[in-house]
Amino acid sequence: MTGYILRRLAQTVVVTLIVSVVVFILLHELPGGLVRAQIGPRATAQSVRELTIQEGLNRPLPVQFGVWLWNALHGNLGFSYKLNQPVGTLLAEFVPRTLLLVGSSLALAVAIAVPMGMVQGLRRNKVDDHGLTAVMLTFYSMPSFLLGVALIVILNLWLNVLPSTASDYGTSLVVDFRDLVLPVLTLCLGNVSYFSRYMRSATIDNLLADHVRTARAKGDSTRQLLMRHVMRNALSSTVTLLGLSLPYVFSGSLIIEALFNFPGVGLLFWNASQDRDFPVLLGVVLVVTVATIIGNLLADLGYAWLDPRVRYS
Amino acid sequence: MSDISVGERLLSGQPGSTEPGLDLFDRGGATLKATPFWRQAASTFFENKLAVVSSGLLIVIVAFSFIGPFIYHTNQVAANLLLENQPPSAAHLLGTTPAGRDVIGRLMVGGQSTLEVGLGVGLLATLFGLAWGTIAGYVGGIVDAVMMRIVDAMLSIPFLFFVVVLAALVQPTLPLIILVISAVSWLSTARLTRGETLSLRTRDYVGAARVFGASGWYTVARHVTPNLLGVVIVNGTLKVADAILIFASISFLGLGVPPPATNWGAILTAGVNNLFDGYWWQLWPAAVLIVVTVLAVNVLGDALADVVEIRLQRR
Repeated sequence: MTGYILRRLAQTVVVTLIVSVVVFILLHELPGGLVRAQIGPRATAQSVRELTIQEGLNRPLPVQFGVWLWNALHGNLGFSYKLNQPVGTLLAEFVPRTLLLVGSSLALAVAIAVPMGMVQGLRRNKVDDHGLTAVMLTFYSMPSFLLGVALIVILNLWLNVLPSTASDYGTSLVVDFRDLVLPVLTLCLGNVSYFSRYMRSATIDNLLADHVRTARAKGDSTRQLLMRHVMRNALSSTVTLLGLSLPYVFSGSLIIEALFNFPGVGLLFWNASQDRDFPVLLGVVLVVTVATIIGNLLADLGYAWLDPRVRYS
Repeated sequence: MSDISVGERLLSGQPGSTEPGLDLFDRGGATLKATPFWRQAASTFFENKLAVVSSGLLIVIVAFSFIGPFIYHTNQVAANLLLENQPPSAAHLLGTTPAGRDVIGRLMVGGQSTLEVGLGVGLLATLFGLAWGTIAGYVGGIVDAVMMRIVDAMLSIPFLFFVVVLAALVQPTLPLIILVISAVSWLSTARLTRGETLSLRTRDYVGAARVFGASGWYTVARHVTPNLLGVVIVNGTLKVADAILIFASISFLGLGVPPPATNWGAILTAGVNNLFDGYWWQLWPAAVLIVVTVLAVNVLGDALADVVEIRLQRR
């Protein structure tokens, strides 16, 4: 087990390194170059030359990458061109909000999808199962921003239950919890449709398993069967699903944050891409990739912990 | 259907003799009859009413996008600011866009690129994933380990972030967008085909082919790949649906192809931006088209999965 974890951690380092090399090279292809991205198209040739030398941009690319990596390893991710703050400070401010958004929507999604999928599996091919499947498949077939817009229309324009203007966040994590309702709900519903579909078939598979039949023969009630024998097995695979869905969830949060103007790392990233704020882009990609891979690893370990039959070597 | 197997029938007659047992093409008496696979598949498919309706809808949507412009003529190139944001009227049945173009015509043009991206990604990702997964699964060993670690690594990268970086660098074109979405879509196909190949290559008939001296490539092409096709086609269908959604998201982030080219995602985004002005005709028609198309493709994929399942059960 320890060997497995070490190997996975080594893999994380390799993937992160490759990802940062790729992004680094990509960003150095910026039209007009990095200097122009900083001081604009109207700067004089003199100032362009000076800044190029000052920033070390005239050195060979591998050397520049080496310098960046050395600094990054020492916690220095560079300085934002546009926001005039260290990238590390920006990340410390924006990342927690995204983690809050992603974490609470995933938790809510599991809380809804697990019971729902089990009920669907239990009442397979009945009217309510088909109804829920149809609704979930419709959610699944919507672009996430459309789902968000539909929620805005329903909750805001029709029912008028949420404030229509966003709060000014400053540097605080949350100002008003009502701001979180729409983003969390949107991100959550997309995942519910994905998880419940899986939970439904896992329940059906488990209900047919020998140990469940034995338990039923020994007189367990349906409720006991579900709680003791079906849910445990089906849940452990949901943990894997959770890990696998992380990249999609982070990608989804990029869209949701742009739609609702939620100041998380996705919005920071998107604005940086509009402003060609190179150090921010690189820093965010790095952090999000590492977060995803670590999340994946945790999900795999959680799976082994929940299901003792699983052994990694 | 005869309950006598081919082998028994062969054994029942002497080689070279005229005894009926040898005649495999015996037209009278106990013939070997089985419903052809395709006919059985078709009947399974047509039993599924929802799938038939979905296929019908998809045909209508494809016709609307590709044949529609020949019947319903609109100017989708020039903007006309005198006609901006017009509500539905006799001249423009679904109103006009912020740039004064007819919405129905816009949906037709947008449908073309949306469907092209969906199909393009479905094909490209499936072919590449199929090749990658089959090679990894069939060759095995260190090659398999390296190839699948690459897949694992790529699967753990939040891909939309890369699209944003990429779009900051180059002006996206349709082929580029197909390539970019395929670059992430092929991963799960590769995993699926590898798993299937691993199980297929231990089958007796594959071993028999090797014993008869068939080369690795021949075995893969003749015995492994054809047996993968069912699963892969189902998977490819679902890829089409996913690609349409990803394309819409990319367009929402403003990274699609610039106007006058358009797609349903871009139309939808323009509608979202005007949401609070009450221009419903700019948002909901595009929304319905996207959801119906993706839903229909997903239902179709599920129905095809049932067809493949039937075939698996027969084996």
